[in-house]
Amino acid sequence: MRPLKIIVLAKQVPDTRHVGADAMKPDGTVNRGKLSTIFNPDDLHALELALNIKDRVLGTEVIILTMGPKRAADIVREGYYRGADYGIMISDRRFGGADTLATSYTLVRGIQKLAPFDLVLGGRQAIDGDTAQVGPQCADKLKIPQVTYVEEIVDIKDDEIIARRRLEKGVETVSSPFPCLMTVHGSSPACRSRHAKRVMKYKYARTNTELKSSKTEELILSLHKKRPYLTIPEWSVEDIDADINKIGLPGSPTKVKSVESIVLTAKEAKKLSDTDADIEIMIKELIEQHTIG
Amino acid sequence: MKSVFVYCEVENQKVAEISQELLSAGKRLAQKLGCPLEAMIFGKNLNGIKSQISSYGVDKLFVADDERLEPYRTLPHAALATEILKNQDPQIVLFGATSVGRDLAPRIASVLNCGLTADCTILDIGDHFVKKEKKEYKDLLYAIRPAFGGSIMANIINWDQHPQMATVREGVMKKEIFDTNYSTEIVRVNVNDIVKEEDFIVKIIERHIEESGVNLKEAPIIVAGGYGVGSKENFQHLIDLADLLGGEVGGSRAAVDAGFIDHDRQIGQTGTTVRPKLYIAAGISGAIQHRAGMQESSLIISINNDPEAPINKIADYVIEGDLAEVVPKMIKYYKENAK
Repeated sequence: MRPLKIIVLAKQVPDTRHVGADAMKPDGTVNRGKLSTIFNPDDLHALELALNIKDRVLGTEVIILTMGPKRAADIVREGYYRGADYGIMISDRRFGGADTLATSYTLVRGIQKLAPFDLVLGGRQAIDGDTAQVGPQCADKLKIPQVTYVEEIVDIKDDEIIARRRLEKGVETVSSPFPCLMTVHGSSPACRSRHAKRVMKYKYARTNTELKSSKTEELILSLHKKRPYLTIPEWSVEDIDADINKIGLPGSPTKVKSVESIVLTAKEAKKLSDTDADIEIMIKELIEQHTIG
Repeated sequence: MKSVFVYCEVENQKVAEISQELLSAGKRLAQKLGCPLEAMIFGKNLNGIKSQISSYGVDKLFVADDERLEPYRTLPHAALATEILKNQDPQIVLFGATSVGRDLAPRIASVLNCGLTADCTILDIGDHFVKKEKKEYKDLLYAIRPAFGGSIMANIINWDQHPQMATVREGVMKKEIFDTNYSTEIVRVNVNDIVKEEDFIVKIIERHIEESGVNLKEAPIIVAGGYGVGSKENFQHLIDLADLLGGEVGGSRAAVDAGFIDHDRQIGQTGTTVRPKLYIAAGISGAIQHRAGMQESSLIISINNDPEAPINKIADYVIEGDLAEVVPKMIKYYKENAK
């Protein structure tokens, strides 16, 4: 079987599953600084699927592609630690404020720079928006078929790939020719852990922006001179030849008109303790009202 | 022409529940705008399909009837929908936030270069003043959804690129017959004029669809657990209570993510929306995404260690305590007191 070239799209997201009380500023806006960031969970599943294919098809190359601010370089490093061959970051202030349409345009400019490829993989959705839109939108812009909600690669042939999809009410097995784009469902196997040797090898991987930061130690700078693979490529608007009107805020048709903090006005709730007496009273009331029984 | 458009899902000649809900929501928007409601449906053997759709007040229905269009595949459906939308140029297009709608809608939004808002919980019509242009845009779609961990409700609009598109989860919008004698114009779409052979390049090899045994939407009583339940073992208390009361068991997203309960029992914005007569929330803090899916329950009981849990604010009974103690007591006193 011929080796494949796989691009994995991965996003750094705020950990919305653990939002603390200080995540909101008094004016109702989101205090991003207070939210820790993580590797988007579904994207980790996508990385595993890619690495699994690499295990099965000798010579397969896995490239991780992320877009985000400076600190998103963590995603590339994490990809290296777990087995990616190569990682690239798309980063430029002008990409900020992008909705899914502008994001997919930007990612596609990056993917096209990496062409030819056989497979683009990404998580089904990112936990900071749950939209599940970027995958299909990239597929459209690349003019390739999409296979969404993949949970297992059933077979890989020279000219086609067979995958099982997890649907709301069942499963479906489909075949698609190469190249295609797949989004990976959270029901697929979890990502393998970091590999100690790879962590040793890549822990000093940095983008040039990171290297320029005053905090960077001499040791790291000299290592980067000796080992060019440690320098994570960083692509700007110009590097991917993006149309400035299709990125960031100008490229985003959806706009936020208003946000409303959720203020709950308390109902007249009956407050009960966990004592037997309280619970028996409640149960009796519910039976009397014919709510239960 | 100004219109509201709905993409209808169909399988085995049955129009999906979500599509009927969207037609109802679409009619309400169309009435506010004073414009027609239009719909499209692609599948096989659709001769009698009009009867399932007309009564929602659909003015025009585009039907593409072809063996190859069912089961759903992305490329042929996307080709048909984009072609129809380009020609009809509606103002608003609605899709179900289903396996199908979430696969299809973004692809179409990409082709039409328009905005798409996912998982809306409220759809409305309103105006917006754009400062930069010093111009008031009238009658825009307000696509309202919880965002950012549920701490905010965001109103998403899109004034410069038509159409305005949105997806909505099943159960969020109320199904409402508009007029049982409504007359709908049928437009037959010539599939071969639009869909190319290479659009069928992805092939379905095997398909297993099982109607889920879980019916949260119809359950009169729901006992739901959150991350605070702590373990799969503790969930058994909730299952016992639900069984005893003749209800169903549900869970918050956190409980599903933690593996305490199956995904098809998730309640909330990205799960099922429910309106039972009794909702018992155990160990659920009550992020807005969860509340969006259950706040219309007639009676809500919250069992929580944390007296400040947001869910307590919408509850009718708040029991402060450990559910592993409280729930068995509820079972005990129900057994003693029920006739």
